[in-house]
Amino acid sequence: MKPKAIVLRTAGTNCEYETNHVLKMVGFDADNVHINELIRGDKKLLDYQMLVIPGGFSHGDYLGSAKILANKMTYKLGNDIPEFIEKGNLVLGICNGFQALVKSGILPGFGGNYKKQETTLTMNDSGHFQDEWIEMKNVNKGKCIFTKDIDFIIPCPINHGEGKFVAPKEIMGKLKSNDQVVFKYVKNPNGSYEDIAGICDESGRVLGLMPHPEKYFTHLNSPQSTRTEISNEAAGLAIFRNAFGYFK
Amino acid sequence: MKNEIKFIGLGEKELETLSKDMLLSLNLKEMKEIQEHYKNLGREPAQIELETLAQTWSEHCKHKVFNALIDYVEDGKVEKIDSLFRSYIVKATDEAGKKKKDFLVSVFSDNAGIVKFNDEFNIAFKVETHNHPSALDPYGGANTGIGGVIRDVLGCGLGAKPIANTDIFCFGEFDMPAKDVPKGILHPKRIAKGVRAGVRDYGNRMGIPTVNGAILFEERYLGNPLVFCGTVGIIPKGMETKAAKDGDLIISVGGKTGRDGIHGATFSSIELDESTSAAAVQIGNAIEEKKVLDVILQARDRGLYTAITDCGAGGFSSAVGEMGEELGAEVHLEKAPLKYEGLAPWEIWVSEAQERMVLSVPPKHEKEFIELCANEDVEATVIGEFVKTGMLKLLYNGEIVGDLEMDFLHNGGPRRELKAKWENKKEEKISIKTGNLGEDLRKLLSHPNIASKESTIRQYDHEVQGGSIIKPLVGAENDGPGDAAIVRPLLDKNDGVAIANGINPMYGDIDPYWMAASAVDEAVRNIISVGGNLEGIALLDNFCWGNPEKEDKLGELVRTVKGCYDTATAYDLPFISGKDSFYNEFILKGKTIAIPGTLLISAIGVMKDCRKRISMDLKEEGNLIYVVGKTFNEMGAGHFALLNGIKEGAVPKVRFKEARKNFESLVKAIAVGGKNDERIVRACHDCSEGGLGVAIAEMAFAGMKSAEIELGKVLQEEEIKEDAVILFSESNSRFVVEVNAGKKKEFEEIMKGCEISEIGEVSGGNELAIKGLSGKEIVKENLSELKESWKKTLRW
Repeated sequence: MKPKAIVLRTAGTNCEYETNHVLKMVGFDADNVHINELIRGDKKLLDYQMLVIPGGFSHGDYLGSAKILANKMTYKLGNDIPEFIEKGNLVLGICNGFQALVKSGILPGFGGNYKKQETTLTMNDSGHFQDEWIEMKNVNKGKCIFTKDIDFIIPCPINHGEGKFVAPKEIMGKLKSNDQVVFKYVKNPNGSYEDIAGICDESGRVLGLMPHPEKYFTHLNSPQSTRTEISNEAAGLAIFRNAFGYFK
Repeated sequence: MKNEIKFIGLGEKELETLSKDMLLSLNLKEMKEIQEHYKNLGREPAQIELETLAQTWSEHCKHKVFNALIDYVEDGKVEKIDSLFRSYIVKATDEAGKKKKDFLVSVFSDNAGIVKFNDEFNIAFKVETHNHPSALDPYGGANTGIGGVIRDVLGCGLGAKPIANTDIFCFGEFDMPAKDVPKGILHPKRIAKGVRAGVRDYGNRMGIPTVNGAILFEERYLGNPLVFCGTVGIIPKGMETKAAKDGDLIISVGGKTGRDGIHGATFSSIELDESTSAAAVQIGNAIEEKKVLDVILQARDRGLYTAITDCGAGGFSSAVGEMGEELGAEVHLEKAPLKYEGLAPWEIWVSEAQERMVLSVPPKHEKEFIELCANEDVEATVIGEFVKTGMLKLLYNGEIVGDLEMDFLHNGGPRRELKAKWENKKEEKISIKTGNLGEDLRKLLSHPNIASKESTIRQYDHEVQGGSIIKPLVGAENDGPGDAAIVRPLLDKNDGVAIANGINPMYGDIDPYWMAASAVDEAVRNIISVGGNLEGIALLDNFCWGNPEKEDKLGELVRTVKGCYDTATAYDLPFISGKDSFYNEFILKGKTIAIPGTLLISAIGVMKDCRKRISMDLKEEGNLIYVVGKTFNEMGAGHFALLNGIKEGAVPKVRFKEARKNFESLVKAIAVGGKNDERIVRACHDCSEGGLGVAIAEMAFAGMKSAEIELGKVLQEEEIKEDAVILFSESNSRFVVEVNAGKKKEFEEIMKGCEISEIGEVSGGNELAIKGLSGKEIVKENLSELKESWKKTLRW
């Protein structure tokens, strides 16, 4: 049976279409589910093996990026997500999804406490939304299951206004010593501390990142594809293939 | 009836005063027809009825100028035009439609035009203007401009899913000293920044990629900036038609109704002055609209409604009036959810509060529909029903406050009769002393209309939805000016849509006919430059004009429309939708400043295989550089002339027959090959503002590959004797093309009988080198410096 992924959406989510497509491409069954369906109990998180929180402007980001969604996850879903993680399932947050994971405290989730916010993602140094292709490299030493064997640079777009990763010094130290830093920008686009683009939890099964690997699933997406011949196995797929591989 | 207006006994003067006082924007003839109607009914009209008539008969909704009877005098010769719209725009579409069987799906009849995409889906496209609001409140005006056009696409047929946005702006000069800006006008830079932020914050939140656009600066847009917002959508085949049925419920979905945007539709037909209030501008909330979009697409696929339209200009009055035109409707105004208490019934009825859609839902689906909305926190409220009475009956707490015949509302109203005149000017070819052409080139690259728009483009999300194939910025460093954008809306199929525009209002100062021809030609060139083809192209026409009651302004419009027709038919291209915005004039201390009559041509190009895409940046050393098309001495109103204060010169023309042949052969050449190195054509760039010089410079610095060309080799009109003319003339229908060195023969074979000239090659190094007619090197510029000249102007 195919592993099942839930693409969690809410008012203002806008990357569910391509995220769902990529999940299916690599072998998942994928459903786009509104958070209200989980809150009401119409759908159950535990019926799925992977939770993906895609990009967007959840609830307009009006109280700071993903703050309202994070609150809904914490206060309306209660223990659902921590329990989901503890059962050995996977969680991936991209862009606004990463912001939601950070603001709900699911990341970095030190000591298995998924409810304490330790870091944040704040306004880019430019002061506004940026759309550009960046390059990121996997710096994880082996904890993160999403980046197993990724020893190549992944180019993909960033599309965010609040993507600057910041954390107090001791938290930065802890992230590094725990091997929770996953992706770094090759060239820092937004002022993130130590070029951080993505981090994972202590289990390595929860990953959050600002760039959009799901938007680089075919060579046609690459802005360089008219210049150089690029393999149709686009680099952005690797993260999703690893997630699928985890369930094999 | 409640709130009756003393009307049937009024004299002509009083009718005119009343129209003005109530902001109805109806002329005397129209007021008299309404008076006659109510005299026959034997009663006074209710206020809400007059408001409804004013909205429905407004220029905004009824396009009275385009449907008018016009006495047109060209060089003393009189011509009677019975509707510009029917005689030219629709005619061009009909003629193209005969040659492109099955391509046209729904034209001119809905909120957006629809053409065939593939066997399962069609494509919808619409471009709107939101000029007056953006002048008063740039952020809010742009917000609701984009919000409105997205709803147009969502409300066309049974609802299309938006897949791309395009935005074109015309502003006053951004570097104007603040002290020179007249009272009551915002500084052009402030307007530009506000509009940019407005489009950014709304478009990005909606999750629709903004993939194409243009920004122009010209002093006459000072009091009347132009903001064009366009949306492309995709809709399953078979969902292009809609019809409310007798007994269907009228359901309002989305935002609540408030007092914002009252009289927006009629306000758009008034000249602005220092005292114009911003209260007519609507207030936008993107997330509300995103929620509406999400539920409507689900409801559409479950078949829960029979018709849908957006609440745009005129609010409920237009939406319900339109949907119930063939039936009749009964609306209980007190049921509409309000933002706050205290709205009069007529205010509820005409408010243009945003993020609202009106749907007709069969009673059996009411519960499921309302539940679906509630599940996603979207408010849906039954406000009435469609009933086969032929009447539009408005009630408030059970009391009838308005009762109008649908037939009078939609088919009443006198046709306008207007006068227009045009005098052809004698054009002279000019001679230009060649100075330092390298410096001229750098200056042109820095001209705000040509300069890089990166600081704006990168604030817009052009990647969301995962379908971005050719991006707005391309090349080795992802910063060169792409021609058209390509999106692939179905992520597992290779069908693509190219999106482009053509706009060059300055040419209209010499002859609007050639302005129109040039705009169509430019939009088409852009589509072809990325790998599109003539068969897949559909056009939109957007006219922003001054006061059409002035004979010379209307004469310019007639010339423009004639140019549209001739060019579109020469290429067999249909217009599928359009929009007009008049009265873009600003009265300042008794003096009227009108915008230059501005035509925006937007084009979509359906591509069967978007893998055939190419980009404009030079690719490989040793490849050959060709110009497709012939260069003429056409320096009039071009950017070299603008920079140097030259008022004379011939405006660029289009030689339809030759152009079409060039286009069709180039399309074939571009389509050959699969992998990059198998392609005949490696890069193609449209030659437009700044001519050949700017085009080749852009290709070189976008690819960071040097180029060497010789002007003597450029196919040109015989009498050209000057390097500057060859380099900067903006002659239409030309491309600069990089041809794979190993495929020269194949290229020339395909291009046989076309106007082509091999002018140089991609070379090693980091420079653009140009030899003049004398054979001597006249330009040698470092690519990084050229790029910097191009980037520095608009880095704010």
